[in-house]
Amino acid sequence: MSSGYDSIVIGAGHNGLVCAAYLARGGQKVLVLEAAAHVGGAAITREFAPGFRVSACAHLLHMLPRALVDELALVRHGLQVASQPMASTALSADGAHINLGSPGAAVSVEDAAAYGKFMARLRKLAAHLRPALEAAPPRLGMSSWGDRSMLLRLAWQVRSLGRADMYELLRIIGMNVYDLAEDSFSSDGLRGALAFDAVLGSNAGPRAPGTVLTWLYRLAAEHGATAMAQPAGGIGAVSDALAASARAAGVTIRTGARVARVLMRNDRAAGVVLGDGETIEAGGVISNADPRTTFLGLLGAEHLDTGFVRRISHFRAKGLTAKLHLALSGAPEFPGLDAAALAGRLIVAPSLDYIENAFNPTKYGGFSAAPAMEIVVPSIADAGLAPAGQHVLSAIVQYAPYAPNAGWDAVRSDFQDRIIDTIAAYAPALRQHIIAAELLTPPDIEREFNISGGHWHHGELAFDQFYMVRPVPGAAQYETPVSGLYLCGAGAHPGGGVMGLAGRNAARRVLKKVA
Amino acid sequence: MSGTQPLSHFRQPLLPTPFHARNRALSQVDRFVPWAGYTTVDVFTTVEQEYFAVRNTCSLFDLTPMVKYRITGADGERYLNRLVTRNVTKLKPNRVAYTVWCDDAGHVIDDGTIFRLGAAEFLLCTAERQLNWLLDSAIGFDVAIAEVTETIAALSLQGPTSCFVLKTLGLTGVETLKPFDIRQFALGARKLTVSRTGFTGDLGYELWMNPNDAEFFWDALMQAGSTRGIRPIGSQALDMVRIEAGFIMPNLDFVSAESTVHLDRDRSPFELGLAWLVDLEKGHFNGRRALLAEKRCGPVRRLVGLDIEGNKPAHHALLYADRACRKQVGAVSSAMWSPTCKRNIALAMVDMPYFSMGRDIWAEIYLCRELVWERRIARARVVEKPFFAPERRKVTPAWDR
Repeated sequence: MSSGYDSIVIGAGHNGLVCAAYLARGGQKVLVLEAAAHVGGAAITREFAPGFRVSACAHLLHMLPRALVDELALVRHGLQVASQPMASTALSADGAHINLGSPGAAVSVEDAAAYGKFMARLRKLAAHLRPALEAAPPRLGMSSWGDRSMLLRLAWQVRSLGRADMYELLRIIGMNVYDLAEDSFSSDGLRGALAFDAVLGSNAGPRAPGTVLTWLYRLAAEHGATAMAQPAGGIGAVSDALAASARAAGVTIRTGARVARVLMRNDRAAGVVLGDGETIEAGGVISNADPRTTFLGLLGAEHLDTGFVRRISHFRAKGLTAKLHLALSGAPEFPGLDAAALAGRLIVAPSLDYIENAFNPTKYGGFSAAPAMEIVVPSIADAGLAPAGQHVLSAIVQYAPYAPNAGWDAVRSDFQDRIIDTIAAYAPALRQHIIAAELLTPPDIEREFNISGGHWHHGELAFDQFYMVRPVPGAAQYETPVSGLYLCGAGAHPGGGVMGLAGRNAARRVLKKVA
Repeated sequence: MSGTQPLSHFRQPLLPTPFHARNRALSQVDRFVPWAGYTTVDVFTTVEQEYFAVRNTCSLFDLTPMVKYRITGADGERYLNRLVTRNVTKLKPNRVAYTVWCDDAGHVIDDGTIFRLGAAEFLLCTAERQLNWLLDSAIGFDVAIAEVTETIAALSLQGPTSCFVLKTLGLTGVETLKPFDIRQFALGARKLTVSRTGFTGDLGYELWMNPNDAEFFWDALMQAGSTRGIRPIGSQALDMVRIEAGFIMPNLDFVSAESTVHLDRDRSPFELGLAWLVDLEKGHFNGRRALLAEKRCGPVRRLVGLDIEGNKPAHHALLYADRACRKQVGAVSSAMWSPTCKRNIALAMVDMPYFSMGRDIWAEIYLCRELVWERRIARARVVEKPFFAPERRKVTPAWDR
C-alpha cells in the first residue's frame, strides 16, 4: 500500500518541523510522526504544577536565525516575543551584580575597558565561522569538487579575518575557556559568567580543552539570530509556530504516533512501522531522533556495518545538565537586582573555580554541591505562565551526572535542595515562596523526550564530534550509510540549541539528493 | 570471556600447547616458532620428509594455537550472517564453512572457518585474535562470545592414509564423513570431535578434544598410524602444501584491514579471488554496500595462481607486463617449487587487466648462489588454482587403506 509520501520525518522537535516545512516548500509531500501528544519534542511549554507552565528544557530564544523566521513566516504563524532584548546578569552574593551588557562599575576600570573590545573581537571571529553552520559540512577524503570548494570557502572565511584576527582565532580555538578568561579579565564574576556560556550544556568544566570552541560555536549560532528573547507562551510557542508554518506548506503532522522502527526494503529505508503495527511507506525517512536512537533503536545494527555501529555507540551523548522548575507564590526577590535585570537572564557562576568545582564531582559519579546555573523568571514578562500574582522560576543547572553512584532516587531530593539553597544565596526569601518544584535530571529528559542519554544537544559538542565528523564519519552530511535514511536533529551538524539549522540543512540535502 | 586466566601469564610470554611434551620429545632439530602466543614446531626433522608425509602417507600437526571463539545464543545465526560474507543460514548443524569477513569498506579482516555445532552454537576459527571486533559486531544481537582457544586442543591429521589411521584408532564409520562434515566420537570416556577439514587440499581431518586428553590421543594416533607412515609435521611443511592447495595465508598473501596503515593495501574478497564466498543476495552484512559498489566497477587487482618457467622459486618476485621489466603489474606473495606437481608455482597479486587467465607476464627472480646474486626474468602464466587437487580429497566414503 502506497501512502504517497515523499518523506516521513520521525519526531516533531523543532528541527523535525523545520525540516518538514522546507521539504514541503521544496515540493515534497511530507508526513511528520510524533510520539508525544503534542509537537515540539523537548521544545515545549508544559504545566508542571496546577496553573504553572514553563519551557521544559531550553527557555530562551537566541539562536533561531532571522532568515529562518522570515522564510517560514513564523510571526505570521503566531510567534511572538514576550521580552526582547533580554539583559544578562552575573549574580553576586554581595549584591554587586554584573550587567553583562555594560559591566561598568561592577568590575575594574581595566576590565570594563577591555570587555567591549574582547567581545567584539570574539563576535567577529564567530561571524566568520557562521557560514559553516549554514551548510552541510564537506566530506573528508573525498575528491568531489563540492566538498573541496566547501573546505576552500571555510579556509577563505578564516583567512579573510586578516592576519591578526586569524592568528587569534587559531591561537584560542583549541584552548580552554578558563585560561582565556583568566588572561583577559581580573574580575571573578565576569570570568565566571563568560566561562559559563562556554560550558553551558556540555560535559566539561572551564579547564577542559575545546571550551573556547563551544563558546565560539554559541556566538556563531547567535550571529544572524534575533536578539535574545523570551517567546510569549514559552518555547513551545516556537514549536507551535513551526508546526503551523509546516501545515500551511502542506505538511501532515500526526501526534501520538510512535515510530517503532524504520521499514527496510531492498537495503533502502522505505518507510516506518508504528508501535501499533501500522506501516507507512515513503520515498525517504528523515530522523529527528538522536543518532543512537535512530541507528541502534529505530533502524537496528543488523542493517549497519560493525565499524559504523562502533562509532555510533562511542558517540558521547550522556547529558550533564538538569532543569529545575519552581512554582512561586510571589515574585522572587534578588537584593541588588533591578526589575529589568530580574526579567532577564541570571547567571550563577561567580568564578572560574566555582564552575570547575561544580564540574569535578561528576567525574566520580557525584553531583555539584554548589551548581552553576542559568535562571529566568519568565512569568515576569509573560504573566500567562502562572496564576495571577504568582510566578515560575526556570533554571538550567550544571552539573548533574547521568548516572550518579547512588542512583537518582537516592540523591534527587538532596540535589534539588542544593540547587534551591544555591539560588537562595542570592534570593534569601525564595524558600517561603515555593509552592511546587520539579527537577528534570538527564534520565528524566531521556525518558520524557526520547533522547538517548538525555543530552540537550543529542550528543556532546566537542572537537571530535563537531562539523564534518558530527555525529560520526559516515553520517555527517545528513545522509547515512542506508540510502533513503537521513538525520535532521541536533545530533547532526551544527548541533543543539533552538536553532533549526540542522533541520534546514538536512532538508536541502534531501531535496538535492532526490532532485 | 572466561575471565579465569591466571594473572601470572606475563611471566610466560609463549604458552606450551597441550602437545608440547610430545612436540619437544619428537623434535630432532629444535626448531620452534611462536604462533598466536604459543610455542610451536617449525620443523621436526626435515621439511622435505614432512611435506611428503602429507602427500604420500599421513601427517600430524598441532593446531591448538588456531584462535577459536564459541558463539552461542538465539541470534547466533543472524549475528554470523551479518559478520561474514557467506550465507550462514545455509550452513546446517554439524557442517563447516570457510569464509572471510570484512570491515565497512568491504576489505578483508580475516579468513577462517565456522563450525556449526547446533542450531544456536557455533565455533569460529580465525587466524588473528579479534574479540574486540566480534564484540562490537554483537551490539544489537543476543549472542554470547567467548574465546576458547585454550580450552580446546586440536590436531590436524592429513594425508592419504589419514582415514585408515582414524579407523584403526577406533572411530567406526569415520570414512562416511563428507568434506566439511563434523561428527562426535567417543573412545571410552574420552570424547573426540572430528571434522573433515584441513589446510592441505588433501584427504584429511581435524580433531578437537579436551586438553586433558591431548597426550592420550597423540599417542594413540601415533600408534594407530605406525604402519601407515604417520609423521608429526611443523608449520613449514604446512606452508608448502597450502600453496599447492591454493589457500591464502593472512599476513603473507594479504594483510588484515584491521592492521594496514595504507588504505591501498587493504584487500577485498573480490581482489583475493574469493568472490565465491560473497553472497550479495543474502541481506545486509559487513561491507556489503562497499562490495556492491566494487562489483559494479570490478576489482583493480586480483590474487592469481602463476605457473613460472624454470625451477627457481619466485619468492617475493616483482611482476612485469613485459620482459624488459618496464611496467610493473604486481608481486608474488607466496612461491615454491611444487615437488608433487613438478611445477614452479606462486600466488601473486596482479593489477588489472593482467590477471586474466592464460595471460603471460614476467617475474623478476633474484637468486643467491654462494653470496653472488643473480637476476632471472622468467615467463609466468596466470593459471587456475588449486595447483594440486587430488580426487581423494573429496571422495566419500574416504580412502581407508
